[in-house]
Amino acid sequence: MSAVHIARPGRHTKKAAAPDPQAELAHKCLYYMLLMREVEDRIERKLYRQGKIMGGVYVGRGQEAIPVGTALLARPEDVLFPCHRDMAVFFIRGVPLGRIFAQYMGRVDGLTRGREGNMHMGDLKLNIVSIISALAATVPVAAGAAMALRYQGKDGVCFSYFGDGATSRGDWHEGVNLATVQKAPVIFICNNNQYAYSTPLNLQMACANVADRGAAYNMPAEIVDGNDVFAVHEATKRALEHARSGRGPYLLECKTFRMTGHSAHDAAHYVPPGMFDEWGKLDPITRLQAEMLENGWAAQEDLDAVRARIQQEIDEAVAWAEKSPFPDPATLLDDVYESQTPQHGA
Amino acid sequence: MSTTYLEAIREGLWEEMERDPNVFLLGEDIGVYGGAFKVTAGFFEHFGEKRVVDTPISEAAIVGAAIGAGFMGLRPVAEMQFADFISCGFDQIVNFAAKCRYRWNAPVPIVVRAPSGGGIHGGPYHSQNPEMWFVKTPGLKVVAPATAYDAKGLIKSAIRDNDPVIFFEHKGLYRRIKEDLPTEDYTVPIGKAKVVREGRDLSIVPYGAMVWVALEVADKLAAEGASVEVVDLRTLLPLDRDTVCASVRKTSKVLLVHEDTRTAGMAGELAISITESVFEYLDGPILRVTAPDTPVPYSPPLEDAFLPNTAKVLEKARWLWKY
Repeated sequence: MSAVHIARPGRHTKKAAAPDPQAELAHKCLYYMLLMREVEDRIERKLYRQGKIMGGVYVGRGQEAIPVGTALLARPEDVLFPCHRDMAVFFIRGVPLGRIFAQYMGRVDGLTRGREGNMHMGDLKLNIVSIISALAATVPVAAGAAMALRYQGKDGVCFSYFGDGATSRGDWHEGVNLATVQKAPVIFICNNNQYAYSTPLNLQMACANVADRGAAYNMPAEIVDGNDVFAVHEATKRALEHARSGRGPYLLECKTFRMTGHSAHDAAHYVPPGMFDEWGKLDPITRLQAEMLENGWAAQEDLDAVRARIQQEIDEAVAWAEKSPFPDPATLLDDVYESQTPQHGA
Repeated sequence: MSTTYLEAIREGLWEEMERDPNVFLLGEDIGVYGGAFKVTAGFFEHFGEKRVVDTPISEAAIVGAAIGAGFMGLRPVAEMQFADFISCGFDQIVNFAAKCRYRWNAPVPIVVRAPSGGGIHGGPYHSQNPEMWFVKTPGLKVVAPATAYDAKGLIKSAIRDNDPVIFFEHKGLYRRIKEDLPTEDYTVPIGKAKVVREGRDLSIVPYGAMVWVALEVADKLAAEGASVEVVDLRTLLPLDRDTVCASVRKTSKVLLVHEDTRTAGMAGELAISITESVFEYLDGPILRVTAPDTPVPYSPPLEDAFLPNTAKVLEKARWLWKY
């Protein structure tokens, strides 16, 4: 199996006079993509190995363009359903970095107060819904949230994120079917990184592309270079225009590659030799930086400064998270229900 | 004018939809058709397609969509056509809805209606009592009304509750029982059992359709001189152990009855709860009458043998009274 190469679109190459909105977008994208890369590196390669993070760790290395290119277009009333390789969604929605590290470390200041680990987090005040481990389970939930937005007369759209493997599940098909029948305002965003844990695409589905599934639901679907943040961003605009105008769901299949194992404990020996190297050349951050330099949107020292700033933000956030206490075992029984009952847990 | 159990549920739904524009219904064939049991007959015409949503045959999508709409501030009531099909939406209920508040402080104010129970010769897939799948799931509330009054009061409480409620409505009671209901708005609290008949000699603790069997047995034993107390659980989770134990303290003997199958049924949980709390009050063994551990058979002689009934409960109750 070889890497899927997608022709680079010819746009974004003109030399621009300042202020260039494309340059501004590039800087924004770079910041969030690099932040995601560096935060996840800190999590997986340092804090996890130090034993400060327990359980499973799943990262989106090499796939940062997908959450960034999409979520930067989200309005406050839009509802986001990030999957487990979409960390940047939380940054873009304004979740403080320290709270994310606290989440991973099982501290009370994590988004779930120590009840959950890693990417299993959400915040309804920020319109972010938490995934559950049964991937694709959020797809019908997104359909229902989208139906509710319309019910309430709001013009919000739900961003439903999932991987290629999730599209094998019944929940995915039931959710997409309901959403399309209802013409609910959802955009379905597939991170096709070509592996579901160790299972390659050809053992996951008989069709060549996840986008091929769109036809079964009379849903427009397009294949996007998931390692080109501008391509993702442009495609998301098209998807949102479609969904916001009442024409129903739209599927984006963002082709990319998982530059890691499934999780921190998976060395991915099953990936054929050469694929990591091949896809490494298409790294979305490297590509974006090259484009920024080429177009004169940034000088090398600007890029170095971004990286340095991010390292400092991460250092501060980790220090803050490490000061956050572990949850008190006395809170074990809290919040199972809105009002606890005397019988509960007795 | 007397109201049937089915009409009571319908009235409860209708009044809540009139009261709160955020309440809406979704499920299979609930719109134009009015539902397989006609619980929602007339709703589509009155409330319109926005609030009475006919869905594809997709229980996972029905429950999942209800959860999503609940996050947005709506109060969805999802209908499973038969409780037997709730297994198709199981993951959404037990892994999604039940755990969101605990995990990330996200309330899931949904109701899942599940017409359950046997006695209608529906066979293995239209007769089950799957309540214990959900009683084992912290974060859910599970109710199983036995009377028209409680059915209406509990469906209203379920809709107003900010936690996910599984509402088991017994199909065999739909049109079989009726009573006069108050004309004014009322609710029945979730989590409270009710002593529906006072007695001194023996407690019978049933829920759902078995409440009517227990009351018949109480009548028959009264003729023999026994004073039987009947405690209708009404809610199965959170379980009102206090009311059950108070009854046992009073009568010192208890017979647990459910239409659900035997192993790991509600009777087992109640028996250990009684032992933990009021063992020293007991003057006899804790007994149970339940369905056996089989699927629900179709053919009438088989289903009759499967279901607990007045004769089976009477025999055990009499033995225990005389113990």
